[in-house]
Amino acid sequence: MGSLFAFTLLGLFTGAAYAIMASGLVLTYTTTRVFNIAHGAFGMVLAYTFWDFTQRQGLPTLLSLLLVLGVVAPAIGWFVQRFVTRGLGEGPVSVALVVTVGLLVGLIGLAQQIWPPEPRVLLPFYPETGWQMGDTYITAHHLITILCSIVVAGGLYVLLNRTRIGTAMRASVDNPELLKLFGGKPDTVAALSWAVGMSLAALGGILLTPVVNLDYYALTLLVINAYAAAMLGRLKSLPLTFAGAMTLGILESWAVAYLPTDGFWSTVRPVIPALFLFAIVVAMPQAQLRIGQVKGIVAAPVPGLGKSVGWGAALLLFALLVINVAAPNQVLLIGTAATYAMVMLSLVLLTGYGGHVSLAQFTFAGVGALAYAKLDEPNLLGLALSALIAAGVGALVALPVLRLTGLYLALSTMAFAVLMDKMIFQAEFAFKFNGTLQTERLSVLGFQIAEDTSYVWFMVLAFVLLALLVLVLRRGALGRLLIAMRDSPSACGTLGLDMRWFRVGLFALSAGIAGLAGGLFAGLRGSVGAADFLYFQSLLVLLLAVVFGVTSVTGALLGGTALMLLPEWQASAPELAGLLFAILGFGAVLLGRDPNGLANHMFKGSRWGWARLAPSFDEKLGALLPRGIRRPRAGLDENDRYDEDKLVPIADPADVETTMVIKGVR
Amino acid sequence: MALLDVDDVVVRFGGVTAVNEASFTADSGLITGLIGPNGAGKTTCFNVITGLQKPTRGKVTYRGRNINHWPVHKRAGHGIGRTFQRLEAFGSLTVRDNVRVAHDIHGGVLSWLRPSAANVDALLDRVGIAEYAGERADSIPTGTARLLELARCLASDPKLLLLDEPSSGLDEAETDAFGELLKDLAGEGCAVLMVEHDMDLVMSVCDEIHVLDFGQIIASGQPAGVRADPRVQRAYLGYSETDGDTAVIEPVTGQVAATGGQHRAEVPS
Repeated sequence: MGSLFAFTLLGLFTGAAYAIMASGLVLTYTTTRVFNIAHGAFGMVLAYTFWDFTQRQGLPTLLSLLLVLGVVAPAIGWFVQRFVTRGLGEGPVSVALVVTVGLLVGLIGLAQQIWPPEPRVLLPFYPETGWQMGDTYITAHHLITILCSIVVAGGLYVLLNRTRIGTAMRASVDNPELLKLFGGKPDTVAALSWAVGMSLAALGGILLTPVVNLDYYALTLLVINAYAAAMLGRLKSLPLTFAGAMTLGILESWAVAYLPTDGFWSTVRPVIPALFLFAIVVAMPQAQLRIGQVKGIVAAPVPGLGKSVGWGAALLLFALLVINVAAPNQVLLIGTAATYAMVMLSLVLLTGYGGHVSLAQFTFAGVGALAYAKLDEPNLLGLALSALIAAGVGALVALPVLRLTGLYLALSTMAFAVLMDKMIFQAEFAFKFNGTLQTERLSVLGFQIAEDTSYVWFMVLAFVLLALLVLVLRRGALGRLLIAMRDSPSACGTLGLDMRWFRVGLFALSAGIAGLAGGLFAGLRGSVGAADFLYFQSLLVLLLAVVFGVTSVTGALLGGTALMLLPEWQASAPELAGLLFAILGFGAVLLGRDPNGLANHMFKGSRWGWARLAPSFDEKLGALLPRGIRRPRAGLDENDRYDEDKLVPIADPADVETTMVIKGVR
Repeated sequence: MALLDVDDVVVRFGGVTAVNEASFTADSGLITGLIGPNGAGKTTCFNVITGLQKPTRGKVTYRGRNINHWPVHKRAGHGIGRTFQRLEAFGSLTVRDNVRVAHDIHGGVLSWLRPSAANVDALLDRVGIAEYAGERADSIPTGTARLLELARCLASDPKLLLLDEPSSGLDEAETDAFGELLKDLAGEGCAVLMVEHDMDLVMSVCDEIHVLDFGQIIASGQPAGVRADPRVQRAYLGYSETDGDTAVIEPVTGQVAATGGQHRAEVPS
């Protein structure tokens, strides 16, 4: 069994690099409670920086390495902690997730902008050197990787256990406020851990580049490997994280050795981290409910039913007008926008109201599209079944994470999206590798909606109906429960709510809505393939939903339109394609702290304008009243009515008689 | 057999023993007080009973069944309700909606179709916060929020009511009304278990009192007996009337005061 030994050994080398990356993730997460989804993306950017230093600038390898690990990475880490992620750990998990997803997308865009796509090679360290050990050839790069991981393990141990700042770091895990009271500096601790974490991301990325190639997405996805490894130590224990990373490395190596290299099994290797992750998550024990001070969240106002129906009708009329004047290819784009908007509606329910983040929402749309195509029942029943299948898959994703908290659910959805993207969607029983499936337009009660214009209008109608459904749910018991659960899970639990199943149900409902959108999208396109449902698209859906406001259906409408426009803009100015991603990503970083998004600012603006207009009107009215009496400034709440008690004297407190007179008059 | 039987429960957090072999009971129709200095393990006991904290050892028996392995929501579903020392009201919802949520959870999905407003308003009226019904729960005073938690809890029709410092934040008149409400609830057959620092309230409404100190029950019994117990006086005051050479205890004010790191409450005589 010499080859088993050889492949195990090779697996250990990859595992060592994963361990380096994962330990950085654990370090930043434990000290600041911010899970950095962009950890792999930072590793990617820093690996490109290293390539730039060595290949383009021609600096010596060692100097470049020192510059990247010792200067660039820590500086970025310090900057990000100071200006981007500071204070995120104390807020809701969903906000921290959105901000770091924004970083991820922004970094990919930035990398594409600075280093446009072209074949680049980053050679292993000392590519010529190596030793034969039995039937295994060990390169110098392998040896360096192992040595680095040992140095990192030892260094972290000494840092955390033998230095004052390390003690402060461990204290800051438990209670940063308390640390402050005892003279510690949680900010310094946080900045240091981010600086170190970033260097580890860089080192991991650079060491892994010869294995995964210098690729924007492959290096970014290493965060899933790191996360899977770290989950073995429950994102806390560094020794277990190392063990997890080694196990993962060995599993991958064995997959290369023993799985067939063609057909379905060849697609398993890239998704081993995701599978490994699900296996660990299933085995995790039940999370405890936490008790803590509860703070209410100010969400975008929920319109009344009459108002919603009115706006819905207005949108349908507007759509009818636009569809009939627009060019044929633009009509299809409106259909695409409606698809995105519907998927974002599913996020309004899940993220905006429920506070759970899904990084796989567009994948659920893909499941719906796949089901619609495979069922080959282009009618309302087929569409409903497609939505149900997507809902079932959504429940399946949430089930393993049933017993854990929101962060794990969100991260598992990302692993799921990658799994679907790289394996299931490309499988023979699905869209096939590089293949597409033909789909037919939907028929309603026997009439096929064949025309582009009428089909697209039907999609807008579907959006309006779904939006009304979401709003009705929000105003009813379900909406109250969602908000109650976000405010205080412990209170909900002690009132008798089984949140585990409730969450699975919510996730299924949301996935079902996305699946419905996917089914309609498949009908619109006529043919759909795996390339339409890349995992990255789900990240964009989430970001644009949050930027435009994930707490309102208006935000979903605007976000959907923007997401449709994004590739159009990128196509019209290819040299700025990366920049647009960067703007979107970093824009989400700026706006991510307020999930009410731009839509809410729009609402505020219109109310502000109304409040400006209304008082001037009021003043004219007020001029008719006797002096010394005025109405108080109108509140912004529409429920705020004027009543007699609010007539207050301002000139002279003794001037009660006037007040009485006025009351009498009114 | 009592409705609730906490038997030999131990809770350790790392090296700290928060609850040490505590055993006590609470029964239907009675108001049971759980008192003791800060950090004695009272809230931890509540967390163990409601399932938010797993005990290191010992068992909790409810209606004759060992409920150690029941999840939080199942315990609530069987009638264990609680309020929180650090408030857990749903801040983004109005006071009325807070109670409606409890109503919705208790009634199950089918009850969502029936109007609940009348019941909810009756509950708000009963605890005396009807005037706040339309306000956001994060904008009301602390005392009112505690009453809201009580109303929310009552909406799920509890058999055992755990109240964690329910009267803090209430003024004297409100506290008196609250005491009457507790007696009414007990009269209706509810078992009330209350952690409370207001000794006047505890002594006037409780049928039985358990005193916790450093995680251990140091005294149990009726108010008069507990008040006279030298161990209780020592735990609260640092000395006892029966110690001999100590000063005479001042008359009672029913206040809790902290002196030099030691927590003490003056016990009414």
